[in-house]
Amino acid sequence: MTSPAIAISDNTSSDPRQRAPLITCAPDCALITETVCRVVEREKTPLAWYAAFAVSSSFTVVMFLAIGYLFLRGVGVWGNNIPVAWAWDIVNFVFWVGIGHAGTLISAILFLFRQNWRTSINRFAEAMTIFAVMCAGIFPAVHIGRVWVVYWLAPYPNQMQMWPNFRSPLLWDVFAVSTYATVSLLFWYLGMIPDLATLRDRAASRWRKLAYGLFALGWRGSARQWHRYERAYLLLAALATPLVLSVHSVVSFDFAVSQVPGWHTTIFPPYFVAGAIFSGFAMVVTLMVPARAFFGLKELVTIRHLDNMNKVILATSCIVGYAYATEFFIAWYSGSQYELFAFLNRARGPYYWAYWTMVVCNVVVPQVLWLKKCRTTPWIMVIVAILVNVGMWFERFVIIVTSLSRDFLPSSWGHYAPTRIDVAMLLGSFGLFFTLFLLFCRYLPMVAMAEVKAAVSHHPGSDHRH
Amino acid sequence: MRGSPFPPWIDRGRPLLAVAVALAPVYLIGLVYLAGSPRTTDVGYVPKQPVPFSHALHAGDLGLDCRYCHTSVERAAHAAIPSTQICMNCHEQVLPDSEKLALVRRSADSGDPIPWVRVHDLPDFAYFDHSAHVSRGVGCYSCHGRVDRMEEVKQVETLSMGWCLDCHRDPAPHLVPADRLTDLDWAMQTDQAARRKIGAELQRINNIQPSTDCSTCHR
Repeated sequence: MTSPAIAISDNTSSDPRQRAPLITCAPDCALITETVCRVVEREKTPLAWYAAFAVSSSFTVVMFLAIGYLFLRGVGVWGNNIPVAWAWDIVNFVFWVGIGHAGTLISAILFLFRQNWRTSINRFAEAMTIFAVMCAGIFPAVHIGRVWVVYWLAPYPNQMQMWPNFRSPLLWDVFAVSTYATVSLLFWYLGMIPDLATLRDRAASRWRKLAYGLFALGWRGSARQWHRYERAYLLLAALATPLVLSVHSVVSFDFAVSQVPGWHTTIFPPYFVAGAIFSGFAMVVTLMVPARAFFGLKELVTIRHLDNMNKVILATSCIVGYAYATEFFIAWYSGSQYELFAFLNRARGPYYWAYWTMVVCNVVVPQVLWLKKCRTTPWIMVIVAILVNVGMWFERFVIIVTSLSRDFLPSSWGHYAPTRIDVAMLLGSFGLFFTLFLLFCRYLPMVAMAEVKAAVSHHPGSDHRH
Repeated sequence: MRGSPFPPWIDRGRPLLAVAVALAPVYLIGLVYLAGSPRTTDVGYVPKQPVPFSHALHAGDLGLDCRYCHTSVERAAHAAIPSTQICMNCHEQVLPDSEKLALVRRSADSGDPIPWVRVHDLPDFAYFDHSAHVSRGVGCYSCHGRVDRMEEVKQVETLSMGWCLDCHRDPAPHLVPADRLTDLDWAMQTDQAARRKIGAELQRINNIQPSTDCSTCHR
């Protein structure tokens, strides 16, 4: 097969005799640069971007107002109260941390496995990871009650001889999430340096040149720089890989290490990690489909990429569904009446609607992705992905609220209902996420140009284009 | 617009990085020094008192027991600043016309207390109880030092939470026999090993187990 000079419209073929092309435009470096940089360099910001930004930044303001009110009045402005001491704050935290899992999986694990299709989507997914972890980090930071002493979470020498309790998974969480945020940010930034240098070199105005030049750290693209860059990237990928598995495992320890029925199970770490990757990929698909259409990236982020991501969603959906079934089996098999009650209460208790929303969205709906038609049709996959995100939010709600509201002692049972501030903070966190996302789309290269070029053109003329 | 957007002289700023790195240890040492310095911890705090009362004279030379004036120290949270009447027990007879005691006499006549300035001031969220400590054998010396040699009372310990915890975790060196509670000289003269031995024995006999729970001091 000779190198196709013309664009291919469909690369979703699963014919094993022929390697499907990574991108559907010509494997031309200048074209790739042009396609990606065009989004950042266009003179006028599209009106639709302004409209979206107005909405999302308004919600962000709402969140910060809600946080300000929370600081003034205390955590009583939320619906949390004994016995449901953790509610939407922790639901939102786990939800956002979970969303943040796609980025590192795509950038680190798929990199180590030499999955070159990751190059078109890794920048995008890593950016989402960082924004999601930022949203996640807000909730535990503001839920502690006395925010002005939040630094007590950190082990530092002080005259009080106060030292965090290293036996507490809540402390492990602080370290797991902050490590994850740091490594993800470094990985994202390091990967972007060559592309920032491209933007610097193409910049038409002095300010753009200064701004991109500052962040490009003097990148000139010399062989020595590339050599060191690739070494560093490989090392960071190796460092980030265990984090994909560790972060949500540690988050799950917040629950699994306690003795609350429905929480105290060994299945939690793998179950949480699968759920995190599930929700993370769903969020990438949700945002990628409109972004690739709106910003003209359809030829770089092809239907085949979306197809691959949908396969990951389907696989993790099955794992999550299997975990739901296992929980019920073990609840029965354990012979513990509290454990069994906790699960029957999830399915048939006062929050049954949340449980069944979760099952339908996470297990039933994604089954349509067995059909290739559904995996390759943008509007269908967006609906599925949005429902998966709804389902995964409800999963955390079900785990946290049903278990806490009815534990061992019926006399201490309670019922949880959110307040308006709870709702404002959830919507506000979405506002913050989309605000950051919109800024990213407008000012940074959405696709890793240098990596795509390397993946499509290192053997020009041969058919070994991975 | 190819090429670097920055002028070449920017490279000359690179030595500044070396300076920053070299200054980092200085900064850290300075930070730790300031955090532990008496200006931060209040060690050595000697406020000006309205009456030039000398502990060195009363508790030292004259040998008054601390509890003669600080009456509630064994039974209440506060050691109690003595009322003017306690001063007047003696000063009706002793130096009744002294210029230095004018304010004391005025206070005795009017009933308005003498505006003493507090030296040992714990934060309001720490509930220290003198009786709990004194009745378990923690002598005055451990926290207040040689008050019997002070013309003006001075803070000698940091009174920080870490300082409290040091003793709560290992009280033995600070426990003294009941008849030595207010004997500041004994506390200082007896050697450390002997004090620890006596203290450990007292701790065992009296089953003293200081708590380090948050709610012990923060209620």
